[in-house]
Amino acid sequence: MIDRRTEAESFETLAMPMFASLYNFAHWLTHNREEAEDLVQETYLKALKGFVSFQQGTNFRAWIYRILRNTFLTSRSGLSVKMTVPLDREEDAIGLPADTPEAVLLARADEQMLQSALESLPVQFREVILLCDIEEMSYQEIAEIVGIPIGTVMSRLSRARKSLRELLAEKVRGASK
Amino acid sequence: MTCGWVPKLDLYVDGELFGSELAEVEAHLRACPTCAADALSRLQLKRMTQAAGHRFSPRPEFRHKIAQSIERRPRWTRRWAPAFAAVAALVLMLVPAAVWLQNLRNEQALDELADLHVSTLASGNPVDVVSSDRHTVKPWFQGKLPFTFNLPEMQTSPFKLIGGRLTYFQQSPGAQLLFEVGKHQISVFIFQNRGELSRLNSGSSLSKKLAFNTETWADGGLWYFVIGDASPSDVHALGELLRNADR
Repeated sequence: MIDRRTEAESFETLAMPMFASLYNFAHWLTHNREEAEDLVQETYLKALKGFVSFQQGTNFRAWIYRILRNTFLTSRSGLSVKMTVPLDREEDAIGLPADTPEAVLLARADEQMLQSALESLPVQFREVILLCDIEEMSYQEIAEIVGIPIGTVMSRLSRARKSLRELLAEKVRGASK
Repeated sequence: MTCGWVPKLDLYVDGELFGSELAEVEAHLRACPTCAADALSRLQLKRMTQAAGHRFSPRPEFRHKIAQSIERRPRWTRRWAPAFAAVAALVLMLVPAAVWLQNLRNEQALDELADLHVSTLASGNPVDVVSSDRHTVKPWFQGKLPFTFNLPEMQTSPFKLIGGRLTYFQQSPGAQLLFEVGKHQISVFIFQNRGELSRLNSGSSLSKKLAFNTETWADGGLWYFVIGDASPSDVHALGELLRNADR
């Protein structure tokens, strides 16, 4: 049995380096500083409480992100997200054709447009893009966090990026009018 | 028409391809300009998303608050706090109880010695060896006790040795010596100093027991108890005589 004090220290050692990333992810999910802080705080308290059930040597990052995501889904804003965004069929996503004119449009997109497009994405799309592109997580980690098979991660990512590209193209077109 | 390799492009961009699969896709990208452009577009979007995504930073005071909450609330304190409190309460209850119990035992032991003194005085033959001569009394105990002791020279003191008798206290044999000062009689009990006796008193100290004045001390592996209705100063003076007997 590990020493309790060591346990508290090792939790701090593992969890605090992820603080900024977790906060960024929480803010992207909630669109709100106050809610993001509440979400991060609750995540840390839950993780600290449940740290005894965390198996040393397994993926701590995936574990704490899953706690944050589950906490978000049971929060007020998370519940409203679930109610308002129906899940599409995942298998439609594989094999999207690349629209070559998009590359031209993307070249004209700026960071603000991309942020705005990301904000407009349904949360199920937004979260996989955030985890994959911003947090640079593997499909395996994303599958653990979101609780879906790797194949679904791939198809959801593909659909999310297609939506993002479309939204971005719209914003670029809107800005150039 | 969509190239059959397109589904692999996201995997390629996301670094999810390895070994031969990666080599195959790279070979295809060199051969297929459409897929190469598509992959580049996906990579471009990924890089842009990465840059745009690092958008929100936590307030320093919020970071401080979380760091403190982790420090201040380590699991073990919260989980074990009630147990610690219970144990602490138990210890707080048990320590005075143990002290009280020990005091009670001491009281009972001293009461027993006081009873021995009283019953000796009440007896028609208070001593087994009647002599004022220490050279008679001390040898009388030879073979009767597993220890020996020294008796002081009494001639220059107000005390008079009456005699001695064998006694038992807490299942151990000991010497009871009877002295007289004025009309007062004083018993001196001498036993081997076992653990229990040493806890009765350490060092020389005067106290009262059933209106008797008493003094106890331990010296040279022996435990002494003086009791009598003489004045505290007399009891103490006799104690001093005995303590200096072998010096």
